[in-house]
Amino acid sequence: MDNPNTLSQYEDVAGRDVIEHLRQLAAPLKGLRLVHINSTKMGGGVAEILHKMVPLMQDLGINASWEVITGETIFYQCTKSFHNAIQGSPVNIPHSHLREYEATNKQSAEILRDTLRDADIVIIHDPQPAAMIAHLPDRKGKWVWRCHIDASRPFRPVWKYLRDFVAHYDASIFSLSGFAQRLPHPIYLIPPSIDPFHAKNIALDRKNLQAVYHQFGIDPEKPIILQVSRYDRFKDPLGVIRAYQLTKRFIPPLQLILAGGGASDDPEGEMVLQEVRTAAKDDPDITVLLLPGDAHRTINALQRIADIVLQKSIREGFGLTVTEAMWKNKPVIGGDTGGIRLQVINHYTGFLVNTPEGAALRIRYLLHNRDILEDMGYKAKEFVRENFLITRQLREYLTLVYGLLHGTEERIELNGTTLM
Amino acid sequence: MNQAERKTKPFYIKDCTLIALATGKRAQNLRELREHLREIDPNSIYYHFWGGLLRARFDNPEYHNDFAIWVANSLHNKILAERLAVIDPLAFPTLDQLREELIDVIEESLDETEFPSWSKRDDQFEFIRFQIVVFNTNNVAATPRELAKIMPSMSVGSIFFHFIDGRRRNEDSLDDFQNWLSNFNGEYDDLRDRIHNIDPYFSSLIQLRDELTDVFKVYFKKEGDLG
Repeated sequence: MDNPNTLSQYEDVAGRDVIEHLRQLAAPLKGLRLVHINSTKMGGGVAEILHKMVPLMQDLGINASWEVITGETIFYQCTKSFHNAIQGSPVNIPHSHLREYEATNKQSAEILRDTLRDADIVIIHDPQPAAMIAHLPDRKGKWVWRCHIDASRPFRPVWKYLRDFVAHYDASIFSLSGFAQRLPHPIYLIPPSIDPFHAKNIALDRKNLQAVYHQFGIDPEKPIILQVSRYDRFKDPLGVIRAYQLTKRFIPPLQLILAGGGASDDPEGEMVLQEVRTAAKDDPDITVLLLPGDAHRTINALQRIADIVLQKSIREGFGLTVTEAMWKNKPVIGGDTGGIRLQVINHYTGFLVNTPEGAALRIRYLLHNRDILEDMGYKAKEFVRENFLITRQLREYLTLVYGLLHGTEERIELNGTTLM
Repeated sequence: MNQAERKTKPFYIKDCTLIALATGKRAQNLRELREHLREIDPNSIYYHFWGGLLRARFDNPEYHNDFAIWVANSLHNKILAERLAVIDPLAFPTLDQLREELIDVIEESLDETEFPSWSKRDDQFEFIRFQIVVFNTNNVAATPRELAKIMPSMSVGSIFFHFIDGRRRNEDSLDDFQNWLSNFNGEYDDLRDRIHNIDPYFSSLIQLRDELTDVFKVYFKKEGDLG
């Protein structure tokens, strides 16, 4: 097998022309010094994508690197509060936590000063390292703040505090226009993506799938619907159970799997999980799973054995679990909200619904029309192939670099062979 | 290679990619949509008509521009959506004329409506603009016959740049292929006419590439072997 960190590996899944396009687009950027900064090497979607993005950029001849800043417990408590506040939770952050946040950023800026001062492009991911910019007034390159969080309705006092740092950047990136806040610089829009070679998405053989049936006592002969999500009211797991119950009257063998990550540090999540277990208690065809954060292959297998995947969220960020399911040829019945709308094209790659009743009707429809279910699944995968693989995100990062280097020009014509 | 072919500059195949930027302008109802349309950068109008070809949008939507899609899906105004969808951007020599047509159609609908409907807060129309990066490929066609051979392997970015974007750059709103073929003293007018008949508004870029490939193939088959 080729090295999974090189672009040639992606020719089979994304297409040779897509890879050739990337190589031509990147050719003038050979030697460009580009630094990504975040606050964790392991865990979370940002680290996951950087593990792939950085080697792929290097494969294109870009001098890409990835630095991680670290802090004490109070720093992480503070940035966790930032995260919640950007998503709209009213949080009260003690002054001492903000001082710790600023001190950690100052210290990190000192440690990385030489690298950052001379970099052509610096991409700062999320709020954790956002304040570093204040300590590098002699920076030479362009700095961009990449916000992976839905900032459409932030808790204003915290957003105002962060905005004072973010305003110094040359540009920012949000996943969707609806997630962005007003800022005094260009706001680029780059949706996230999935890596087809990650354990979450890689092709699995029959043995892996059989193991999952066996492990969780699922009947391979009976239809399966699945929702993968945290136990969170916004994901509406109780609505999913209701939709299942409404369908079960017409399709008695139907099975429902709810699979979610750990909720032990989240009192609200624990409460929702208990409600889900109570609602599911008497039905042997409902399987409620609480899986560890690294159960990627298990989730992958569950998505593959499902007939239909649900993401019946009431509010959603981008919804990468939708992308992952679609990549596995599954039509998705999703809530009509957030990034789900961008992926679930009603009647083509799945259905958008607003109620458990709507979801139930679509489940019945698809299970009674297997040819349509398969056709939608096929279209779903092709839609992801064209729009939501990491190669598309890489292309947009390259395009962004040109945008940053050329300012506000609408049309950027590259005539030379090298830019740097 | 004939004399006209020797004199004409070769066709350099270029490629392009777009990146979207937020404008910060949002509309939650028709009045707001109209107000923003009056002032929005023409770049944004272009993006909402043509940008869908190069980004996440299903190949076969019911409506063919972002305004019509939003009015149908978020305001549930199917009548207006149909009226917006039928607007042919190629029928307007400038984006400002296209803007006027959009505003007229929306105002007509507003005249007929007592209470314009509102979208959900998280489903507003987001005005987006774009930057386009154009870069060289290694492909060059010295003659139309060579272009015919290259056509099937052109990237979708190249098709967008030459067949869609070209209309903004060339006189008479010609795409780059027709524009280049016009340099051959009328020799390829028949081929130009055939390209002219391809409607770019209802197809994906892959379909457009296939249609262009077919047009070139049929033309040169008539003229003799492609090779």
